[in-house]
Amino acid sequence: MTFSLGVLLDARSFDADEWVRLATLADEARLDYVTIEDTFGSDPARPEASLVAARLAPVTRHVGLVPVLTTTHTEPFHLSTALATVDWVSRGRGGWQVRVSGRPEEAKLLGRRSSLPAEELFAEAADVVEVVRRLWDSWQDDAIIADVATGRFIDRDRLHYIDFEGKYFSVRGPSIVPRPPQGQLPVFALAHTAEVHEFATRVADVVIVTPAPGALELPGVADVVFSPGAAIESDAHVHTGSVGELADLLAGWHTLGATGARVRAGDHLEAVTGELVPLLRERGLFEPRGGTLRERLGLPTATNRYVQEARVA
Amino acid sequence: MPKQVILAAHFPGVNNTTVWSDPAAGSQIDFASFEHLARTAERGKFDFFFLAEGLALREQRGRIHDLDVVGRPDTLTVLSALAAVTTHLGLAGTLNATFHEPYELARQLATLDHLSGGRAAWNVVTSSGPFFGANFRRGGFLPYEKRYERAGEFIRTAKELWDTGGGEFAHRGDQFDIEGRFGIPRSPQGYPVILQAGDSDGGRELAAANADAVFSRHHQLEDAQEFYRDIKGRLPRYGRTPESLKIIPGVSFVLGDTDADAAEKAHHIRRQQVSPQTAILLLEQVWNRDLSAYDAEGPLPDVDPLDGETTIIQGRAGQFADRLDTAAEWRARAEQKNLSIRELIIEVTGRQNFIGTPERVASSLNEYVQTDACDGFILVPHLTPGGLDEFVDTVVPLLQERGVLRTDYETTTLRGHLGLA
Repeated sequence: MTFSLGVLLDARSFDADEWVRLATLADEARLDYVTIEDTFGSDPARPEASLVAARLAPVTRHVGLVPVLTTTHTEPFHLSTALATVDWVSRGRGGWQVRVSGRPEEAKLLGRRSSLPAEELFAEAADVVEVVRRLWDSWQDDAIIADVATGRFIDRDRLHYIDFEGKYFSVRGPSIVPRPPQGQLPVFALAHTAEVHEFATRVADVVIVTPAPGALELPGVADVVFSPGAAIESDAHVHTGSVGELADLLAGWHTLGATGARVRAGDHLEAVTGELVPLLRERGLFEPRGGTLRERLGLPTATNRYVQEARVA
Repeated sequence: MPKQVILAAHFPGVNNTTVWSDPAAGSQIDFASFEHLARTAERGKFDFFFLAEGLALREQRGRIHDLDVVGRPDTLTVLSALAAVTTHLGLAGTLNATFHEPYELARQLATLDHLSGGRAAWNVVTSSGPFFGANFRRGGFLPYEKRYERAGEFIRTAKELWDTGGGEFAHRGDQFDIEGRFGIPRSPQGYPVILQAGDSDGGRELAAANADAVFSRHHQLEDAQEFYRDIKGRLPRYGRTPESLKIIPGVSFVLGDTDADAAEKAHHIRRQQVSPQTAILLLEQVWNRDLSAYDAEGPLPDVDPLDGETTIIQGRAGQFADRLDTAAEWRARAEQKNLSIRELIIEVTGRQNFIGTPERVASSLNEYVQTDACDGFILVPHLTPGGLDEFVDTVVPLLQERGVLRTDYETTTLRGHLGLA
């Protein structure tokens, strides 16, 4: 069974070299992915995560690049094209960690409307994810034909209007970006509370959960803070012991059905890449995998919804 | 010291200037193509790389336009990836002031400026109307006459955010009423380089007030000199010097071993750019009606253009002001020279500017700059991704010999390369 291993990067640095250093550690250790932390309001100050992911793509070879992008204020069309482009520049290593923006002060940064109540935020976010996914599929993989005889570069019948009309907005499509290499980028979502769990299991490919000690309430990827010797507040499970004990903990979660772990390593990334990864490999719990991020996560090839529709029709 | 020639490399766009039918044409979407063109430009010591933006696919007769290269990446995302494979080249992108928001865009541009070590540039364009709006939750919200008002306030607001150095801001205006904490510390350039492409009086005024460079469409020598005088003449009203605003037309080029060889290549390229199907479609943009039954290799239609609002094309700026006048002119020309539809379209839509040996092209480019027709050029190759290779191999050394192009970068930021404060 696939046990994926990723880390959360939150360098809060505006120096590309620092990001490259961290991503290289993850890449060389053959971690499956890094999530790149961000919030809409840049508080604390962080560079915008999709651009960080793109900046890292040409200087890494294996690691998946999963920026946090929020759904509440950003145009769904821009989200879809930015993420598809992360996938193009990384040749199939892009992902997306979905987040909502519920803080009133974040709404004022855009000034277009006030903040929404929580249940509306997640309903709207589900619509945004749907639109982003439809836009990714709006070009069939074989849309570019470059047929000199008829003078046509594309077969327009292989491009699709998505015609989404929901409670909050409508988007016509198709995308301006050809279907990304993975077809569908893996969508990650946190499920730390019951409220977001319903959302995450409905829209995401990878659900990141907070396991209680010795128990895993929900199937998913276990979120753990690695903070040796120092207890800290977090919405994830906080592990303060040694690297060896962390390996034991992950092995235990694996037997309980966890499909992977995302480690928030903070300043201890080198302990994860240099010590934890070798330990997990010795135990046969983790092995380097190649291919796209979808393949590494054990997700099936993404079929194109519009191709299926065409077949049915 | 003579004026230096500014050079930029335009990634081939989604129009019929870009030839896809040539065996040497590569992918317009694989990152390798972007990397190739950017590395080539950096090898030639260019000032910057330029990428346009897509907001919707073009349509003709209510259907997706299928004859031209189409499909492109998100602008800023590709520029950020290119920052990883280049070290000095400026990274310029078109971003529409109508369908972006100041906080988000200012944050992204500042991020790009940080991650590239001070190489970001923003080409500000505007649009209005429901066609692009259909892809956005805002819809087509902006009246045509408000577009430069929004663009101007957008640029001023973005500068206010960059000026905070990451701290608090509050902007109260007609277009934007926003406040909060910007969060991004001051980037290496302070402000990214701002380009502006509009050509109307409003667009020119916007450029004089706000821009560092104008992406101009004027490439005939006298016309370009007139435009140059006009724009630079507007600067004193804003307390600016002529050197503080660079004028850089987008131009194409064709090189050959002899001038005759270059002319022959240029004609071949024109035939690639104007396929029979493309000829009919371009004619429809003037005639404003379905001409698909006509033979592109035959004479012009005997029917007259339909007057009134254009219904034939969406998603691209109109090229022809008055249809009836244009049609009359084209008919006379075709009759006089006995041209087919395709031959006529090849003639009247020609966009090849500099054709000849490397020596002739280098000499002409330099003449334009030294006679104040412009300050440099945005070169638009017709092939992806190798369309700039020959230029960099043959024309660049000649410009360097003349002392009008750097032989190595002497500055690290795009503002530095352009000599802007």
